[in-house]
Amino acid sequence: MGRLTMEPNQNPYLVLVLLMVAAVGFALTPLAAAWAWAHFFSPRKPGQDKNDTYECGLASKGDAWIHFRSEYYLYGIIFLVFDVETIFLLPFAVSFTGLTVGAFVAMIIFLVLLVEGLVWAWRKGFLTWR
Amino acid sequence: MIDEGLKSELQKQGVYVTSLQELYNWGRANSVWPLTFGLACCAIEMMAASMSRFDLARFGAEVFRPSPRQADLMIVAGTVTKKMAPLVVRLYNQMPEPKYVIAMGACAISGGPFKQGYNVLKGIDRYLPVDVAIPGCPPRPEALIHAIMTLQEKIRNQDLTGPNRPRHLNAEVDGEYPVPAYGEHDLEPPKNPEVWQPPIMTRK
Repeated sequence: MGRLTMEPNQNPYLVLVLLMVAAVGFALTPLAAAWAWAHFFSPRKPGQDKNDTYECGLASKGDAWIHFRSEYYLYGIIFLVFDVETIFLLPFAVSFTGLTVGAFVAMIIFLVLLVEGLVWAWRKGFLTWR
Repeated sequence: MIDEGLKSELQKQGVYVTSLQELYNWGRANSVWPLTFGLACCAIEMMAASMSRFDLARFGAEVFRPSPRQADLMIVAGTVTKKMAPLVVRLYNQMPEPKYVIAMGACAISGGPFKQGYNVLKGIDRYLPVDVAIPGCPPRPEALIHAIMTLQEKIRNQDLTGPNRPRHLNAEVDGEYPVPAYGEHDLEPPKNPEVWQPPIMTRK
């Protein structure tokens, strides 16, 4: 074989398909081997405690498949307000004396926008813990 | 069974002979994964043992697993309060076989300086089968390393067949130990009589 030549009626993607099969096999073979080893050789001793949900040693309470209330996203957003504010406030404070008036005004507008979000959340009552 | 002298002679010529049991135990002994589990100041020494200065990795035991599902060894490092004892036993139950226990320090062995206290368990061996006990308050990392080596020695010499075979290969032995409950004054039961019997005092 000097060069890889292609038959005229061969699909050009055939090589890719073969490569993909090899890649998937490469990933699956160790998994299958590990599964087979565990299936045939592992000493199996199931029990009530062992099959229980792991909760740092405490007896598990209730179901693991509970709903997280979607309102949690509000706390996430409010956290971001403070988070982003801090990131920008520190360089702002460090270079405060060397800032132009335009930069100062831009920063204040930015802060006001963030604070506005906070005020909105406050007025909506999201800061009250229920 | 191959003669020890012949084995040693062969080894000098570069021929290594072993049995399946030795190979299996060699692998087991050199991959003891402890549970990330510290109860008190002994845990600080345990952390030091796993760090670069003492380098527990030399013994294959540096892979501290934060889940009992992947751990083989429970190092009871510190004071076991009565509040914590059921959790310790439950964690032990949740570990897969084969599993081993090292009681590290005076508290885990006997209650240590808190033995007279009302809320400290007087030794984790009242509930769990302890394989190696390390005295000290707290023991130095070298002592923990010595305990790991002692445990490795124990694993290496375990017979895989016969009546003394390890628990995980004996289907009749239960893998779980009863978890004590919080009672009005003490844990209930206060001990597991299968693993611990109080010493009988006799006066002469």
